[in-house]
Amino acid sequence: MSLNLGLIDYGMGNLHSVEKCLKRLGQGCSLIQHVDDLEGIDALILPGVGAFDPAMTNLRATGLVPHLLRWGQEDRPLLGICLGLQLLFEQSDEGNDPGLGLLAGRVERLPSKSGERIPHMGWAQLKHHGNCPLLSSKAPSEWVYFVHSYAAVPTDPNDLKASAPFGDQKVTAVVWRGRVGACQFHPEKSSDAGEQMLKRWLIWLRNGADPFP
Amino acid sequence: MVALRLIPCLDVARGRVVKGVNFVGLRDAGDPVELACRYSRAGADELVFLDIAASHEGRGTLVDMVRRTAESVTIPFTVGGGISTVEGITELLRAGADKVSLNSSAVRRPELVREGGDQFGCQCIVVAIDARRRDAGGWDVYVKGGRENTGLDVLEWAQRVAGLGAGEILLTSMDGDGTQAGYDLALTRAVADAVPIPVIASGGAGCMDHIAEALDVGPEGGHASAALLASLLHDGVLTVEQIKQDLLSRGLTIRP
Repeated sequence: MSLNLGLIDYGMGNLHSVEKCLKRLGQGCSLIQHVDDLEGIDALILPGVGAFDPAMTNLRATGLVPHLLRWGQEDRPLLGICLGLQLLFEQSDEGNDPGLGLLAGRVERLPSKSGERIPHMGWAQLKHHGNCPLLSSKAPSEWVYFVHSYAAVPTDPNDLKASAPFGDQKVTAVVWRGRVGACQFHPEKSSDAGEQMLKRWLIWLRNGADPFP
Repeated sequence: MVALRLIPCLDVARGRVVKGVNFVGLRDAGDPVELACRYSRAGADELVFLDIAASHEGRGTLVDMVRRTAESVTIPFTVGGGISTVEGITELLRAGADKVSLNSSAVRRPELVREGGDQFGCQCIVVAIDARRRDAGGWDVYVKGGRENTGLDVLEWAQRVAGLGAGEILLTSMDGDGTQAGYDLALTRAVADAVPIPVIASGGAGCMDHIAEALDVGPEGGHASAALLASLLHDGVLTVEQIKQDLLSRGLTIRP
């Protein structure tokens, strides 16, 4: 089955890396800049680097926000990456604007008491807490690349599917609910481990995208 | 603790790697993309490209190199050298660089650090500081490839750029650079302890112990979050695999 993937282009971040990674996996994608671009799209990726409020401002400027909300409410497949994960939540310590609120919870500043430097920059090993299309029980502790100063805290602990250690604490690495999910790290920059995750997501989409609890 | 990072650094000019790299079976020792892929496969955590020519005419070539690198390399990479405007930052990030490194231009106009961070997020703004030991103690910030003393104090400058929103500091000891006598641990530790952001140690690595010392968190260690490596790797003295094995055996946290 051919898959029409849409990469949301709202002027925040490294679309190029995500696009190239998908290309290496044999998957093309269209850039989504306007509601008309959503026509015929099966699944969306919301990438993003930068700060929360400028990101929401840019996203609103595309006119896509109400359509993304409907997309999420209809539980259609959506993958957020890095800042794209944070935008799925309701609110962030980093800004005043509300997020999309497709997942319940807020985004908090990384704990400075952890004794770790902020931004959290570098590779970390995942700990799985549940199943989702990105993860496989056959690869339970992959190393992936993080760069962030804020992390999401989901209201429903069931939405947390993987975490990474940060000092003596853990930070949210993967969240998932139904067909909507996201990762805080950069799979497109996480060498083979990251590429495998995107590959699993693509396979899941091609196999009909059964929602995860 | 957060995993430490090993970062090979490639000097480039006109889109080619300068200074030979001794790899067995390398088809083209001057091809940045081939070398980047080799280091990525060997387990490097990130890569840095420094454009040492940094000429205005060479810009297009550099952007093209960044684009080709981004197509094949699956780990984060930083590009530095001659970036002096937000437009320059934009061009390289759009081409696929994950971070840019600012040096002389940040000294000339510190607001560039803030502007870059505001637009793209602080994580992609690295400030490179070239430091040289002062006779009277302390360190001065040098620019223009180490030729010009700015008179700025390294610790004050490091704190200033951290305050402006730099995501990390790439700290090079001009005294140690190329000597293989070891990182300037006092310098690295002083800067790392003065700022809340990560510090990458650079300049002087000659053997395994030097790298371990730079990353060590003890009272005598360098307290760095990452080590930048050039000739030690390029000359084939040590491999990324050997260094990682050694650091793991010392009980340090690093991606195997």
